[in-house]
Amino acid sequence: MRLVNCNKAIKEICGYLDGELDPELKHTLEAHLTYCNHCHAVYDSTKKTIELYCDGKLFSLPDEVHTRLHEALKRKLQGHT
Amino acid sequence: MTQPPPATLARDEGHLVSEAKAGNYSAFEELVNRYEKKIYRLGMNITGNREDAEDVLQDAFLKAFEHLPDFREDSRFYTWIVRIAVNEALMKLRKRRSSREVPIQDSEDENGEVVVREFADWKPNPEQQFAQSELERILQGAANSLPPGFRTVFYLRDVEGLSTEETAELLDLTVGAVKARLFRARLRLREELSKIFKRG
Repeated sequence: MRLVNCNKAIKEICGYLDGELDPELKHTLEAHLTYCNHCHAVYDSTKKTIELYCDGKLFSLPDEVHTRLHEALKRKLQGHT
Repeated sequence: MTQPPPATLARDEGHLVSEAKAGNYSAFEELVNRYEKKIYRLGMNITGNREDAEDVLQDAFLKAFEHLPDFREDSRFYTWIVRIAVNEALMKLRKRRSSREVPIQDSEDENGEVVVREFADWKPNPEQQFAQSELERILQGAANSLPPGFRTVFYLRDVEGLSTEETAELLDLTVGAVKARLFRARLRLREELSKIFKRG
């Protein structure tokens, strides 16, 4: 299978990132990414985008939010008993 | 979940749930301590602001505490609390639906095809070039440019690691709709972030 153009390649990048492409399409896309700088940049930055949002340090729980949660739970517990 | 926890952790979790159901509050508190950070992050990612994220966190655990006797333990506690929290977050969004909801069409052409405009390589390690709070602001801003339904799919699939099928079930969408939303969400986020992180 031959990729017709970059639009087709970009459509397959998600499936490639998820490991869902059949071997032939995967091979063709990888070949395209080796010579097409534009598509490679899209692939690389899409991968990086996902990695940035997965960073466990992001949106860390503020101490005061933790405290208020546990206080609310204790109030709920007292209401139950 | 796509990556099940080690068997020992799951057993340990099951033990904590049993203890909590038997009235041991410390066991429930241990479950809260274990997952509160992830649930807060879930709230931040889906609702897009700290106040709503805190409400989601509190409401989810308060509901879990109240309904713990009904939890049948045919799934992990963590899966259950994620489901409750997602529903709470989506309810928040429904309550304040719309003015903030931005259509995604500007990244599509007249045939509905996604248009990629930013082709430049990124500078290396953007996470090291910005202070943590600034990076959070940038990522939050990009996420908020997505309609909530797309943002939620992205979060559940790519950050939380749910499978396409699990995400579809949780959001009452078809598998095809989840895949389409994920594709557009990823490219749209990448497009937004490229404006800031590209070289040159």
